[in-house]
Amino acid sequence: MSSTQDLKPDTQPDLNIERDVGNFHYDTQYEFDAGVGLTEQTIDYISDVKGEDAWVRQFRKKALKTFLDKPLPTHWASKDLENIDYEKIRYYLSKGQRPSRSWDEVPDEVKQTFERLGIPEKERAYLAGVEAQFDSEASYSNMKEDLAEQGVIFVGSTEGLKEHPELFKKWFGKVIPIGDNKFSALNSAVFSGGSFIYVPPGVKVKQPLQAYFRINAENFGQFERTLIIADEGAEVTYMEGCTAPTFETSTLHSAVVELVALKGAKIQYITVQNWSANVFNLVTKRGLAMDGAEIKWIDCNIGSRLTMKYPGVIMRGPGARGEVLSIALAHDGQHQDTGAKMIHAADHTTSNITSKSISIGQGRSTYRGIVSIPRQLKGCKNNTECDALLINTNSRTDTYPAITVRGNQSTVQHEASVSKVSAEQIFYMMQRGLPEDEAMSLAVNGFVNDLIREFPMEYSVELKRLIDLEMEGSVG
Amino acid sequence: MSNLEIKNLNVSINGTQILKDFSLTVPKGEVHAIMGPNGTGKSTLAKALAGHEDYEITGGEVFLDGEQIVGKEPDEISRAGLFMAFQYPSEIPGVTIANFIRAALTARLEEGETFKAPAFYKELYEKMDLLKIDRSFTSRSVNEGFSGGEKKRCEILQMAMLKPGYAVLDETDSGLDIDALKVVADGVNQMRGPELGVLLITHYQRLLNYIVPDKVHVMFDGRIVQSGGPELAEKLEAEGYDWVKEAAPAGAGA
Ligand SMILES: Nc1ncnc2c1ncn2[C@@H]1O[C@H](COP(=O)(O)OP(=O)(O)OP(=O)(O)O)[C@@H](O)[C@H]1O
Ligand SMILES: [Mg+2]
Repeated sequence: MSSTQDLKPDTQPDLNIERDVGNFHYDTQYEFDAGVGLTEQTIDYISDVKGEDAWVRQFRKKALKTFLDKPLPTHWASKDLENIDYEKIRYYLSKGQRPSRSWDEVPDEVKQTFERLGIPEKERAYLAGVEAQFDSEASYSNMKEDLAEQGVIFVGSTEGLKEHPELFKKWFGKVIPIGDNKFSALNSAVFSGGSFIYVPPGVKVKQPLQAYFRINAENFGQFERTLIIADEGAEVTYMEGCTAPTFETSTLHSAVVELVALKGAKIQYITVQNWSANVFNLVTKRGLAMDGAEIKWIDCNIGSRLTMKYPGVIMRGPGARGEVLSIALAHDGQHQDTGAKMIHAADHTTSNITSKSISIGQGRSTYRGIVSIPRQLKGCKNNTECDALLINTNSRTDTYPAITVRGNQSTVQHEASVSKVSAEQIFYMMQRGLPEDEAMSLAVNGFVNDLIREFPMEYSVELKRLIDLEMEGSVG
Repeated sequence: MSNLEIKNLNVSINGTQILKDFSLTVPKGEVHAIMGPNGTGKSTLAKALAGHEDYEITGGEVFLDGEQIVGKEPDEISRAGLFMAFQYPSEIPGVTIANFIRAALTARLEEGETFKAPAFYKELYEKMDLLKIDRSFTSRSVNEGFSGGEKKRCEILQMAMLKPGYAVLDETDSGLDIDALKVVADGVNQMRGPELGVLLITHYQRLLNYIVPDKVHVMFDGRIVQSGGPELAEKLEAEGYDWVKEAAPAGAGA
């Protein structure tokens, strides 16, 4: 296959990107394509193309077997999962090139996509490093030299496996084992892309590291795999933003993200996802926090057909802290099944969950949480707050908090609320001159406002813009 | 044609007719007061003018400086220049007053115009000082947890910032203590002038001592049954509505 670009800038269709950010794609010729369907040969193909070590190949094959053996979790989860046709998915596509080090080396066509997504080149100025994922492989990565000098590693997972096996192997698949769930097994079998980050002891990365993800091929599952290790006393913030173009048939995104915060380290992982309405977004995210360490997940899920995502923190060391702040927005035909898992495994560990969901029209939001504090532990605290906002009577919201606290040496608080945007509120805002969709989006922004304040500036702006875009289409 | 002209307006709620051939003209630059017993249709008039979808206009016309506004969306009517101070303002959790007014002003920008934040805040603070609203209110959510009087002052603040051509104030005086009443009246009087027409809905003469109306109308059973000068309000205060009911045309009356 050639990598010629068959879409020149002047022949591009005139796309209304103001409204449908991410809702376009370019025909891209893929240099490596594992074809459709999933067998051992698919695994061999991926491993061969990547030139992987034998242990990685074995890891993948073991995972494939687990994936095939494990039943779908449809006894508690959405039956919609049964509609994924694994035979029709492409498990690996790549342009084949190594991640480019400078923006100039990035192919024009890829640059165009980034531009369409509104990722300005100048953004690099204040980003410490950029790791942008175009389909399977990181096509662009760049890091400021001072970070590299401090020993910070920020590469794609393929590179990480190859160049830092000793670091990788120690934690890879340890926080989220292959068999954690059917989709973590699938990811473990066919993963490619994603980031690998290591921050050495005591290094505090001031600027957030950032990655953009995008699915660009029909029937192509994106299985990125991210591992972030903050060594003792280290601090790092990672941000990912996702947009995907719309296609006729369903697309599967199934990522695995593992975080390891060693003694006294801090990791903050921020996601703003805006998937198109046909994407199955089935993601496993979990962090391990050792003594006095802190892991914070900030997770915004907008779009997709079905999202199942429950970021978790295992507080393994005394004094560890875990936090999940999540916002989910479900439109007609969408189901956001999100939540958090807080596993207290040491004394004086603290966890916080704040979940806000917005259901519009036939959209459906589900909160599913687990808080586990074993009997023998002392001085553990959890605070859980789930708020749901319904924007018309058909919307549906469910809350399934599972709080397991054995013993009485710990404190747990749980609050839940369901509210509606009333016709009177909308009328009030419209009486001041706001069109109906703007009134809606103001109400929604108000609902999530206190959470958004916790976000880094550029993300809160982006999120507000996304909410505005979503609300534009929601008024009949 | 610089006026708010309401012609033979008929309004129903859930099939029950509330306004019956209601007619009234408020020229720009004048303040007209409407008084009338509870349930007579005063708030219905205000909401129907503002385009509330529950208030079905089954007949009649409303012109805002000659422009027909019946059938327009509430936001269009607002931007066309009609402001309504609500009898019961809604709370908008999480949206600060400053951001709310800002959004309302932004919705009025012409193509190519940009919002100027420094000038906005300067003006906002001036108006807040005038209405004796504490600065801390700018970062509070719209009407959330406000006392009745604070809500009413916040309505007038919005009016002052949006500078409508016409304002319908629905019982803006109710729930105000005497000091707050003076503050709100001062605020309205400051805005009074050739560029503003006001329809003041009230039950009490008290307010009209501070905002002296050009005309007073008595409303009963969905229409105006008496019009006059400020002395009419004094008569109502002294004698109540019984004489109005007796004087009402045949067919009116509950
Ligand atoms: N949304 C509604 N649904 C049903 N009936 C309504 C509605 N709004 C008003 N009404 C009825 O219409 C009539 C007029 O009500 P409206 O609120 O206009 O009176 P008002 O003159 O403003 O009274 P008040 O002095 O008590 O404020 C009343 O009988 C009231 O019950
Ligand atoms: Mg009323």
